[in-house]
Amino acid sequence: MLEAGTLKALAEAVRRGDARALARALTVVENDPAGAADLLRALGTAGGARAHRVGVTGPPGVGKSTLVAALAAAWRLLGKRIGILAVDPTSPFSGGALLGDRIRMGALAGDANVFIRSLASRGAYGGLSAAADDAADVLDAAGFDPVVTETVGVGQAEIEIARAADTTVLVLAPGQGDEIQAMKAGLLEVADILVVNQADRRDADRFVHALEAAFDLRAGPRPPILETIASKGEGVGEVREAIDARLRPDAQEAVGTRRLERARRRIRAEVDRRRAETWWAGRGDVLDAAALGVTAGELTVADAAAEFAEGKERDR
Amino acid sequence: MNDVSSERPIRVLVAKAGLDGHDRGAKVVAAGLRDAGFEVIYTGLRQTPEMIVEAALQEDVDCIGLSIHSGAHMTIFPRVHELLAAHAAEGILLTGGGIIPAADVRALEDLGVGRLFGPGTPLAEVSDYIREEVRARRGASSGTGS
Repeated sequence: MLEAGTLKALAEAVRRGDARALARALTVVENDPAGAADLLRALGTAGGARAHRVGVTGPPGVGKSTLVAALAAAWRLLGKRIGILAVDPTSPFSGGALLGDRIRMGALAGDANVFIRSLASRGAYGGLSAAADDAADVLDAAGFDPVVTETVGVGQAEIEIARAADTTVLVLAPGQGDEIQAMKAGLLEVADILVVNQADRRDADRFVHALEAAFDLRAGPRPPILETIASKGEGVGEVREAIDARLRPDAQEAVGTRRLERARRRIRAEVDRRRAETWWAGRGDVLDAAALGVTAGELTVADAAAEFAEGKERDR
Repeated sequence: MNDVSSERPIRVLVAKAGLDGHDRGAKVVAAGLRDAGFEVIYTGLRQTPEMIVEAALQEDVDCIGLSIHSGAHMTIFPRVHELLAAHAAEGILLTGGGIIPAADVRALEDLGVGRLFGPGTPLAEVSDYIREEVRARRGASSGTGS
């Protein structure tokens, strides 16, 4: 929606570190796919080759936001500039969203080297927002490193974050039924680093042992399991070190693989989006006709789809 | 409402300013605005004007809604208004509510603060006001090419 000249000026301001321009650029990538493509080109980001992209995920209420805030404080001590994307769910009914992750991040206020942006999931699955990758590109181009994305509180098998991040931190807490859930859930597989937060709770040690046992039943290496009390900053330094260690030369291969996978997935998604957009334009009436046919019991969904896929769709 | 489905969602920062420690009202408003289809960023208790404006700028919101019950409205609203102006962000609608005497409401509105709502205002009145005001402001800014 923005003109080329405006986008170029915006991109330049973002690279200069203008916080207002950065905020506007994030609005563009969230709302305008065509503008996002032009903006990212103008920013000259190479799809995430620079900043360490860290995903923080886990069930609701385990302390993800508190941990992210504490990690940001730990990185600030090392002089890092931290970009944070905090995703919360959009209501499928009203289209509205209540984005409350900043509540736990108040201690970071007033520091120009920390930039926090809340994103509504807007119907995307996997605890992310469709714009999360692009938004991370923008923060990367603005010089923030690491860029931390906190997902919606997720359930059992949400793997989008593992595909979007270089390093995925899974946060769990003792109790809340997590113990049994974690044993059988697909969630454990996404973790590069596992954090048991609220470790001052009585059943914490038992929970950690149960997690260790769950991993011992699996093939492959067990990720580090670290205990924190994020609200007091305890154990957070160790988590920060474990995250940073993923970029050490001897460990970098895993991150490289992740980046390739991310680039592959993003290209495919963008091709699918563009093709769907142009392909369906002008086919609305035929689609309606096919849908009527399906509801009237004249043909199956698979047969209707096959007609479209083979270019044999017709008005009924 | 159907005509707004393709429109960029309206983003509102709801903040509880000042030192009083109850935010039930602010939470009710935040949830109500969400249900009206807005993306509401809720920042919690004891926000300073500096924190409020910083968050509003990072979040690129259309509107700031302040809840003030501490009697500090004549300090906080003007300060937020002044900080927005200092960042050339007067385009952000500043509104809010609380227990605010009519004379103060007039004084703040004269200053350029948007409508202020008293206790018991129906949420639909608040969301309608924000929607209309934000649409007008978005229309005005796209007309000038910014």
